Amino acid sequence: METLERILIEHPFFEGMKREHLELLVGCASNIRFDAGQFILREGEEANHFYLIRHGQVALETFAPERGPITIGTLGEGDVLGWSWIVAPNRWTLDARAIQLTRAIAMDGKCLREKSESDHDLGYALLKRFTQVMVNRLFATRLQLLNVYESH
Amino acid sequence: MSTNLTEVPSIVPPSLDPMLPRPYRVQQLRQETSDTFTLELEPESGKSDFSFTPGQFNMLYAFGVGEVPISISGDPGKPATLVHTTREVGMVTRAMRELKPSDWLGVRGPFGAGWPVTDARGADVVIVAGGIGLAPLRPALYQLLAARKYYGKLVLLYGTRTPADILFRRELHQWHARFDLEVHVTVDRAMGNWRGNVGVVTTLIARAPFDPHSTVAMVCGPEVMMRFTAQELERRGVAVDNIYLSMERNMKCAVGFCGHCQFGPSFICKDGPVFRYDRIQPLLAVREI
Repeated sequence: METLERILIEHPFFEGMKREHLELLVGCASNIRFDAGQFILREGEEANHFYLIRHGQVALETFAPERGPITIGTLGEGDVLGWSWIVAPNRWTLDARAIQLTRAIAMDGKCLREKSESDHDLGYALLKRFTQVMVNRLFATRLQLLNVYESH
Repeated sequence: MSTNLTEVPSIVPPSLDPMLPRPYRVQQLRQETSDTFTLELEPESGKSDFSFTPGQFNMLYAFGVGEVPISISGDPGKPATLVHTTREVGMVTRAMRELKPSDWLGVRGPFGAGWPVTDARGADVVIVAGGIGLAPLRPALYQLLAARKYYGKLVLLYGTRTPADILFRRELHQWHARFDLEVHVTVDRAMGNWRGNVGVVTTLIARAPFDPHSTVAMVCGPEVMMRFTAQELERRGVAVDNIYLSMERNMKCAVGFCGHCQFGPSFICKDGPVFRYDRIQPLLAVREI
């Protein structure tokens, strides 16, 4: 069985993180699993976690009346789910639902927010990584809006 | 790239006039999606002497309407039937869509340079297709699967706008069921019962199972999709000289005489349509080309 510490150290998201910060992170981490169809996050609810997906697939959804749930994107193994825990007012802006059995490491965002307030180096290291996630997701969304498959 | 106007491209057998369409009879027309269809053709004589390299195209002539370049989407190992898949976008393809079995069509070709299927032996191969770009890549996939033992990992990444736009759905299911081919499909928009990936095809590249340092990538789709796909492949570590793109321009003569498809120093019809990425990379950023 892999230890949480080992998983976090080897995860590309935490590459280059200082040893003492990784130790802090391990204290805020726990293993979690979601069955197919289970909601992981609900739009509007308080955002106090983020997740490192180890296995499975997750749909980011919103709901439109008379249209039902609309999938905005999907995430899979190795992806990071959830950034609202770090951005005020710390409320989820989308639903996230496991499409299949999904295993993840849940990171306690409330605990990390507190630690980041007292250790700005940790806060900066986390913000740098989440900014990269946001930029990648924004770029992918722009390509989706472009309709890149048209006119061939 | 040479542009010798007096030299007939070597892909055309000297006995055939590359400007003369040969009559082919429609065997079958199959609707693939709401705006794409596949034509299966057989030669007038019933005996086919046609052979092609995956990635090549033919000029198809709807008599009395016009001629358009269309990639060959069939199996190079089954040359008796000539297969083309196209989108209904203009007058000529609209006329083709109206054809019935036993109707006639003129065929010139095959033309152009194809995918480096044989040269990729020994490497992993990643095929990245967007929309109808899967059609010119299907012959390469047939050939790769026919000689499967010569390749490392085979990965097909395919993106479309919606689930309804997915081409060759039945074959995709068959390919997906194979143990020696990894297939990932993604759509831009999904509702209801779609349980697959949602996002542009480039998002599949980061976690696709291949060794970037020993991979040949074949990419086909609209130019903007290919540009971002090539950048993502490069970011993953695939060498620029191992990435191949199939380019598209307005083609008329198909043998490098008329200049309609000039792309910098090259003609798409005779030097392409498949190009190595590093050879055309600077041109992809030129807006006027």
